[in-house]
Amino acid sequence: MAAAAAPVYLDYNATAPLRPEALAAMTAALAETGNASSVHRYGRAARKRVEDARRGLAELLNCRAADLIFTSGGTEANNLAIRGAGRQRLLASAGEHDSVLALQGVETLPLSAAGLFDLDALEDRLAENRMPALVSLMLANNETGAVQPVAAAAEICHRHGALLHCDAVQAFGKMEVDVAGLGVDLLSISAHKLGGPQGSGALVLRPGLEFASQIKGGGQERRRRAGTENVAAIAGFAAAAQAAVAALQDWRQMDAWRLALEEEIRDLCPKAKIYGAETARLPNTTCVLMPGVSAETQVVAFDLAGVAISAGSACSSGKVAPSHVLRAMGASEEEARSAIRISSGWATARADLVRALEVWREIYRRNAESSAA
Amino acid sequence: MSENRARDTIYLDYQASTPCDPRVVEAMLPYFTEQFGNPHSVEHAYGWDAAEAVEKARSDLAALLKAEPREVIFTSGATESNNLAVKGAARFLKDRRPHLVIAETEHKCVLESAKRLEREGHRVTWLSVQASGLVELAELEAAITSETALVSIMAVNNEIGTIQPLAEIGALCREKGALFHTDAAQAVGKIPLDVGAMNIDLLSVSGHKMYGPKGIGALYIRRRPRVRLDPMMDGGGQERATRSGTLSPALCAGLGTAAALAAREMEDEGKRLLALRARFLEDLRKRLPDLEVNGDLDYRVAGNLNLRIPGLRGEELLKALPRLALSTGSACSSASVEPSYVIRALGVPEESASQAFRIGLGRFTTGSELARAAEMIAAAAAHLRDGAGRAQG
Repeated sequence: MAAAAAPVYLDYNATAPLRPEALAAMTAALAETGNASSVHRYGRAARKRVEDARRGLAELLNCRAADLIFTSGGTEANNLAIRGAGRQRLLASAGEHDSVLALQGVETLPLSAAGLFDLDALEDRLAENRMPALVSLMLANNETGAVQPVAAAAEICHRHGALLHCDAVQAFGKMEVDVAGLGVDLLSISAHKLGGPQGSGALVLRPGLEFASQIKGGGQERRRRAGTENVAAIAGFAAAAQAAVAALQDWRQMDAWRLALEEEIRDLCPKAKIYGAETARLPNTTCVLMPGVSAETQVVAFDLAGVAISAGSACSSGKVAPSHVLRAMGASEEEARSAIRISSGWATARADLVRALEVWREIYRRNAESSAA
Repeated sequence: MSENRARDTIYLDYQASTPCDPRVVEAMLPYFTEQFGNPHSVEHAYGWDAAEAVEKARSDLAALLKAEPREVIFTSGATESNNLAVKGAARFLKDRRPHLVIAETEHKCVLESAKRLEREGHRVTWLSVQASGLVELAELEAAITSETALVSIMAVNNEIGTIQPLAEIGALCREKGALFHTDAAQAVGKIPLDVGAMNIDLLSVSGHKMYGPKGIGALYIRRRPRVRLDPMMDGGGQERATRSGTLSPALCAGLGTAAALAAREMEDEGKRLLALRARFLEDLRKRLPDLEVNGDLDYRVAGNLNLRIPGLRGEELLKALPRLALSTGSACSSASVEPSYVIRALGVPEESASQAFRIGLGRFTTGSELARAAEMIAAAAAHLRDGAGRAQG
């Protein structure tokens, strides 16, 4: 690692360190041979691991095991959901992840200044055009943590004959996710955001939903997603999810630490803006604007101080573009270029957030001084 | 393998899945624990370390294929690679070249992708194979037209191990202006491959068929002349916008290490397996003189045998061998009762095709395991034949 001091990792919304429970499950699975589709005992042992994991996850999500399809991650789950549902018209909030917004022909719906999806706009857009539609809405935003009114959106969608897909990649493991309770038709989750391995995700379907597979082949996953199952990652996914959901209570403490951090930041700099603070948010995410200081400058300074944070989502090719989420919330381009994301997780200690505050304060002072000079 | 709960069973199903080499597991572990970053995080050292692991793996795999690192993208496995290659190339070229040539003995995921394209309006020529399992080059040449976008022929067959004449096929495709895709899931790390010399435009790789982990594969995509594909997954624009999704550095490192090991050990391993296989076959033939081999023995990967014992259904034989992990054919259709379409394509009649069973040997297979397996197979065959005789008598 770059810094001499113990490094501090606060970029959990990009990826979380693997939980020990997941590592144990994966190490056991990796030591075994077997293709889960083979009928001999090696195959049956692999199949049992996959199906135990499926049942475990289904229980946590309040859905049927038969309706949960394993994928290679959240991006595939989102793509599969939208392409598999086969609706002609696709609507999405302007704050969705790129794996949704990059799809062809998507119509975007606005976010409020607080970062919330506009239900009235959804109602209007569905009423004005009767073409069979799919609406894609995150349960919690990856940049601001804002929790979206998914159950209400599902109700509106169904009233208009539309389907609702919910991207719960950031939410699962950080808040309760109840597929039946939300009333959604499709829901995506990812392992590595909650302390499971990278390379594993899942899509949950509403029972009986008409659905077309995208990756064709050996007919795995009830003919809905071909390809040899990644047994070890699937076992790790379920173990991590189990641990994450069992520890949901712990977020209350994290939320308190996070709010204390934000209060200190506001005391230091009254013009600092915390995006999404006016609404219900994930307890781990702080998206904060430092006026006049580019996110790139901040990120580099944080990195030099040994604190890993980010300027937004971790995808693509190295360029730091202004966040489309903040732009959709009405931030100016300059504001959107000056916000960073601090996101904590299962191995974060209070001292880590204290350290982040110290670094933020140093950067702020240095820049306040230089602009005064 | 030492902790395996199935350790009292002899594993001879290496074409379904190979054990993850302990050296591969070792290479993966750091990326599960201290080096857990998202390789697409450009803002901190966690991300850079993870990205470095991904790029190291990319160049190790590229070296094994004699490709450039930037011509290799990572996927979730060979099924995804095959889907992306076949559908991606065909859809990109549909207006000018709406035709495809697909061998009948391809893996299910290539056949199903091609059938999907047929429903979308592409034309497909289904290329038959000879009794040996090899494609007939003259027939291939006749099938390729100026409208052919892609020819897909697998490097090594998953059921009968047949090695296709890749260089000849590649030359033919290049001459006719069609892209050549080869599903090399069973070939990478087993036989020497050279995408340049063989004129291969697209090549699919699987991690767990070459002692790497499950859940990762790769696709080689030629840069000169440039091959373009319609992506199947959109999103963050990873893998040169051809395949979005967060990469797993652990899985990448596993595949890269598997490739590096194969580059070093492939030749000796092939010789060892060839000798083991010859001894095993000789042993089995002594015990079962009417034993038959499906497909050509010479143009065949060292770790594969596909056999039949006249009068005994493969499924029945396997049931009588609970201590051997074998299969009747591809693992995907293990539960199916239909005789293998690959064996049928060789011109083997349906009844004989239902007698086929596959033996896959590999890196951790020993001579004594094979000696015991031969004994067990012969004993089971004798028992079943005896039982059948008594039932009739």
